Amino acid sequence: MNFNLKIWRQKNSSTPGKFVDYSVKDIAEDTSFLEMLDILNEELIAKNEEPVAFDHDCREGICGMCSLHISGEPHGPKRKVTACQLFMRSFKDGESITVEPWRAEPFPVIKDCIVDRSAFDRIIQAGGFVSASTGSAPDGNAIPIPKKDADLAMDAASCIGCGACVAACKNSSAMLFVAAKVSHLAHLPQGKVERKERVLNMVAQMDKEGFGSCSNTYACEAECPKGISVAHIGFLNKEYLKASLS
Amino acid sequence: MGWFLRFLTSSVGQKFIQGFTGFFLISFLLVHLAGNLQLLNPNVEVAKESFNKYSEFMSTSMIIRILEIGLVLGFFFHILVGTVLYFRNRATRPIAYGDRRPSKNSSWSSRAMMLTGSLIFVFVVIHLINFFVKARFQGETDMYTLVKAAFTDPLLSSFYIFAMIILGFHLNHGFQSAFQTFGLLGKKYEKFIKGFGTTFAIVISLAFAIIPVFFLIGLGGK
Ligand code: HEM
Ligand code: SF4
Ligand code: FES
Repeated sequence: MNFNLKIWRQKNSSTPGKFVDYSVKDIAEDTSFLEMLDILNEELIAKNEEPVAFDHDCREGICGMCSLHISGEPHGPKRKVTACQLFMRSFKDGESITVEPWRAEPFPVIKDCIVDRSAFDRIIQAGGFVSASTGSAPDGNAIPIPKKDADLAMDAASCIGCGACVAACKNSSAMLFVAAKVSHLAHLPQGKVERKERVLNMVAQMDKEGFGSCSNTYACEAECPKGISVAHIGFLNKEYLKASLS
Repeated sequence: MGWFLRFLTSSVGQKFIQGFTGFFLISFLLVHLAGNLQLLNPNVEVAKESFNKYSEFMSTSMIIRILEIGLVLGFFFHILVGTVLYFRNRATRPIAYGDRRPSKNSSWSSRAMMLTGSLIFVFVVIHLINFFVKARFQGETDMYTLVKAAFTDPLLSSFYIFAMIILGFHLNHGFQSAFQTFGLLGKKYEKFIKGFGTTFAIVISLAFAIIPVFFLIGLGGK
């Protein structure tokens, strides 16, 4: 398969970037999107040009590092997959594909398609943890947890922190990410101790980082590679109200 | 007091204000519609008498005066917070995407709340000048005849009908959105509330829009 690529190139955070056109030829349909970029980069290196910088790590959809806005959508046109698990068979032969970084003030571009997502780390540091003692692994069934709560916590815990929700949202809102973290811990007994402080501090940090508020367009849920439900945002709102009132 | 300020200035708290005032405005729409539907009585004499009596009550009653203050405040805070959120949210993306396909992940009504809201605001101002100011401040008592005269003008009628369609879009998103904001859009009722919201938006905007159509096609008498 052949593709015309339009890729965002930017030297560093202080230089303005621009789109540059490339073309790749004879790509097998089972090539992943990132492998296709690897092939392009090998060609660029052979020509003594600067390869395209993009984030990636596991390449199996679990780490949340890959973060490409492809053909108008975060992680590309396919639902519930990360960019690394997107394969070229999802595109038409000869298609023009735009590749650009997440666009949001709190996610500044570091280079080309790599953005700095440490704003998410600071939100986690503000409360996305439990102060449980560490040590050897406790018995899995030592603390009984109702199935319903365990399921909700597990669903929320599947958030990989990729930031596609922010990238998809017209407000660059981090509400789905924060909701997933708050909901995950609030549904478990281990998360009860810091429950109130957690939601207050995480929302405060989210606002401080400059993420927008939620307009309930549900673009985040549609684009989230893990299918995190916006029901968690409703839960976050209630948690926040309760914590404010108590 | 500290917690209250923190709540009201937070992104989550401001959504609560938006949802709360939005619901309040919806309740106003229902009352307003119920009053206006008296205009549609095919017996012109009866319609005229009941509507004029109702208008007189609305522009002289003390209770209505007090409720009016609430309504003005409701509109004021809804518009204020909506506008603040809009501009703050817009500022979060100083560099636009080169290729963006929002229709793939969200509905037009959900993305155009500021646009539809602003059009509703323009409508409300014109609407107040047309009717409210005349009844309240210029001593007009025959509101039925005034409404009839206004709506036999095709231009004004079309504007009203257009505005009601826009209101329908605002409500289509707004209704279920407020439930979501309050965390009431549970899995069990999600489909029902979304369906109900859309039906509600269509019914409300059609019911309001029927009034100018009614007079435009001469059903309100010559
Ligand atoms: C009768 C008139 C109106 C009704 C019944 C109404 C109702 C609603 C409702 C129910 C919501 C959803 C709240 C939520 O998501 O929690 C909403 C949102 C909104 N309204 Fe209105 N509204 C009206 C007029 C206006 C006006 C005049 C404006 C502005 C000029 C406006 C601007 C907005 C905006 C910007 C939002 C979305 C805020 C956000 O989610 O970011 N509305 N409205
Ligand atoms: S909620 Fe979904 S889109 Fe947002 S960071 Fe988590 S996994 Fe990524
Ligand atoms: S590289 Fe790990 S999720 Fe894509």
